[in-house]
Amino acid sequence: MAQVKMTVNGKPASGEVEGRTLLVDFIRDTLGLTGTHVGCDTSQCGACVVHVDGKAVKACSMFAAEAEGTEVTTIEGMAAEDGTMTPVQQAFQEFHGLQCGFCTPGMVMSAEALLKDNPNPTEAEVREYLKGNICRCTGYHNIVKAILAASGQDVSKIAAE
Amino acid sequence: MPKDGGIGASSKRREDVRFLTGAGNYTDDINLRGQAYVYFLRSDVAHGTLNNVDTSAAEGMPGVLKVFTGADFAEVGGIPCGWQVTDRHGQPMQEPPHPVLAQGKVRHVGDPIAAVVAESREQARDAAEAIEVDISDLPAVMDMKEALKEGATKVHDDLTSNLCYDWGFVEENKGAVDEAIKNAAHVTTLELVNNRLVPNAMEPRVAVGDYSRATDDSTLYTTSQNPHVIRLLMGAFVLGIPEHKLRVVAPDVGGGFGSKIYHYAEEAFCTFAAKKLNRPVKWTCSRSEAFISDAHGRDHVTKIELALDADNNFTAVRTETYANMGAYLSTFAPSIPTWLHGTLMAGNYKTPNIYVNVKAVFTNTVPVDAYRGAGRPEATYQLERVIDKAARELGVDPIELRRQNFITEFPYATPVAVEYDTGDYNATMDKLLEIIDKDGFQKRLEESKAKGKLRGLGINCYIEACGIAPSNLVGQLGARAGLYESATVRVNATGGITVMTGSHSHGQGHETSFAQVVADMIGIDESMIEIEHGDTANTPMGMGTYGSRSIAVGGSAMVKATEKIIAKARKIAAHLMEASEADIELKDGQFTVAGTDKSVAWGDVTLAAYVPHNYPLEEIEPGLEETAFYDPANFTYPSGAYACEVEVDPETGKVTIERFAAADDFGNVINPMIVSGQVHGGLAQGIGQALLEQTSYDADGQLLSASYMDYAMPRADDVPFYNVDHSCQTPCTHNPLGVKGCGEAGAIGSPPSVVNAVVDALQRAGHDVTHIDMPLTPSRVWAAMQG
Ligand code: FES
Ligand code: FES
Repeated sequence: MAQVKMTVNGKPASGEVEGRTLLVDFIRDTLGLTGTHVGCDTSQCGACVVHVDGKAVKACSMFAAEAEGTEVTTIEGMAAEDGTMTPVQQAFQEFHGLQCGFCTPGMVMSAEALLKDNPNPTEAEVREYLKGNICRCTGYHNIVKAILAASGQDVSKIAAE
Repeated sequence: MPKDGGIGASSKRREDVRFLTGAGNYTDDINLRGQAYVYFLRSDVAHGTLNNVDTSAAEGMPGVLKVFTGADFAEVGGIPCGWQVTDRHGQPMQEPPHPVLAQGKVRHVGDPIAAVVAESREQARDAAEAIEVDISDLPAVMDMKEALKEGATKVHDDLTSNLCYDWGFVEENKGAVDEAIKNAAHVTTLELVNNRLVPNAMEPRVAVGDYSRATDDSTLYTTSQNPHVIRLLMGAFVLGIPEHKLRVVAPDVGGGFGSKIYHYAEEAFCTFAAKKLNRPVKWTCSRSEAFISDAHGRDHVTKIELALDADNNFTAVRTETYANMGAYLSTFAPSIPTWLHGTLMAGNYKTPNIYVNVKAVFTNTVPVDAYRGAGRPEATYQLERVIDKAARELGVDPIELRRQNFITEFPYATPVAVEYDTGDYNATMDKLLEIIDKDGFQKRLEESKAKGKLRGLGINCYIEACGIAPSNLVGQLGARAGLYESATVRVNATGGITVMTGSHSHGQGHETSFAQVVADMIGIDESMIEIEHGDTANTPMGMGTYGSRSIAVGGSAMVKATEKIIAKARKIAAHLMEASEADIELKDGQFTVAGTDKSVAWGDVTLAAYVPHNYPLEEIEPGLEETAFYDPANFTYPSGAYACEVEVDPETGKVTIERFAAADDFGNVINPMIVSGQVHGGLAQGIGQALLEQTSYDADGQLLSASYMDYAMPRADDVPFYNVDHSCQTPCTHNPLGVKGCGEAGAIGSPPSVVNAVVDALQRAGHDVTHIDMPLTPSRVWAAMQG
């Protein structure tokens, strides 16, 4: 067991971990931040995406010990203090970009990272970027639409609701 | 009309805020004080005799509390099956035992052999590695037709064979059907496979068992679509716990698609072990484990024949299907290839003679049960593929051939035992052709050609039986449960309302759409209504959510309960205004006396009900809370027409979905935004089945596609924006909302249009290809093009 320290959602966080403890388990089990989800064990579903030093990372693909000294942001750290959701979160609600909500934290964290790198993505770029995030509920239609809308693009021409 | 929505409004979902901010409460987010963790040691061979399980080394490992094996469950029941099918000869199906942990034999890769409970997840897993299992391998029974041959190895030694049942439907029609096929002007025959799928809800299953010695109460938190059903099955049939001592909670559930209907061994284990050890016991399934322990879907091998007369009228349909049950009977498995499949073989067409034969077979694979659509996608796929093939053989337009044979008069009693109440198949077809822009196809075809690509257009119809189901009917068909739904409407003193529903939301948005209905009925704001579901402790006995039944059956129960509330509230209002009850009108949350300016507000009435100072106590009780149970008179019959346009790369065989349109008739629609979302999700699953998803076993019963590295889930760049429409509405005639249900349509309707489109593309390019089995991977399409 070793001690790790990092900043999570702007606050200092620390705990005892085994060498094999994944960052996602540290976040969920030690810190009790259960908004970050685990949907697979091969680092392919994206339910666990968080930001580490500003970059989108699958928290199941990294050991907790590797996050020593980093700044981690989880889904719980996105909305403002007063609860106001980010434009991406708001767009997901507005355009029905979620159903069961299980993939959603990872989707939002990926979408936030995408728009930071590429503030005005095309539909194809959004779809390409989301390859690492699986959603079984929405068929992606409204997720892609929500992300395009959050980037400020007009989505009114996109088929149906 | 409520200011913030009501029936027909695309109200934004209230559940979204918690999911978007990480505040959802899924089962794996529940951690109880002092909880221990279980790890299941599962069979890595498909079939074998279990000679010995030596747990002694594991027992001594750090943190281990106990290691359980099949012997620990000798005294309790096995996992029950909820549906008994009667075969062609009037005999009950063969129903093998299904122990919680393997006893005597292992029957599929993933069959649980032992369970280690330890202080931590890692300790449980480490200790499981120290268990010594001695198994003598037996030949794996994999191919259904081989499994039925004389002398085949048996999956269950105590059964007479691997045949679960040989079902004929309608048996009395067989002679007439055979005759019609013999006399037909043309018969089109198609053999096809409906590929096995793994449901893959993104939230893996989780179970947390808890027990109180002080009260002898057991609680199970579980990822379920139907907590009351689990309480009944597990309590009554497996563990012998009466309902009042057993609470089952299914909190936020991350998708189900059928796979979370069933009662699974792990649920019984955690409940059982929590009592044995007097500790909460938690199990979290990994994705790899889910692939070999969640019930799979589909897996049918079918031969279908369609007979036509000289005028191209359909005269008969005859099918023979082999349906894989896997190694054990999952909760509703026997009903899927029979009553949810055979009864839909009329499709949208007035075929007079239909006979369906289904042989259900045990194999050394994961059990197969309902997956989104369940039986109805299999029926739709074979019928819509064979019609397309017939049109090509006859040189007629596949759309016109369908239209010519459409059922146009309702109600319509099919030769396969169901009666469609309403529908307008020409209307959905017309709408479809408009939204897919069929007229523009030729131009798009030229554009594809210019890029060196092939292009094809595939069209199909579908019908489904939803709103499952009338209890007396399903009882006759072998269901061991009723299929009503329930709701309790509790009006609070200051007018807010809590609705407790027996339905369960795991993505469908009940908390929003159910509130819209009640708000609309009373004329108060949606924000005054809260929907509770998922906890047997505070909801009336309900059957849960599957078969597109929530709004049709659960919503109807809620309407009935709300009607009772309104009836009582009118009495109170009449008393408060000293008027006759017959003169009381309710509009926009105000009770008025007809023809006067007297009125009392909703809140005045609700307050009077709980502070009954001025109240007709001699006539009615105080309080305002009502429960209703609703048992539907019939299934509902959503229908529609779907179109898919594909591009095929002639170099690689890769198929790209260029356009997809769906014109559905769901009857009345409560929340169009949510309904569209349900269709989108179903379409992606149907496209996944058609192009990507293949559950592959090798000859030894090893599951080759057991992770997201090998099982191709549809991703964002595999699908297009969909064009969906539900403006064609023929309301259901027998439920109070006129709704039909929309949850499964997308998955039912889409696979045939994808395959029809690819076949169309290849034929347009001069390839003599009449069928390719799903999934249409590049290698399969490429091979088909090579002849
Ligand atoms: S849990 Fe991290 S990618 Fe699936
Ligand atoms: S919303 Fe359920 S998996 Fe994406």
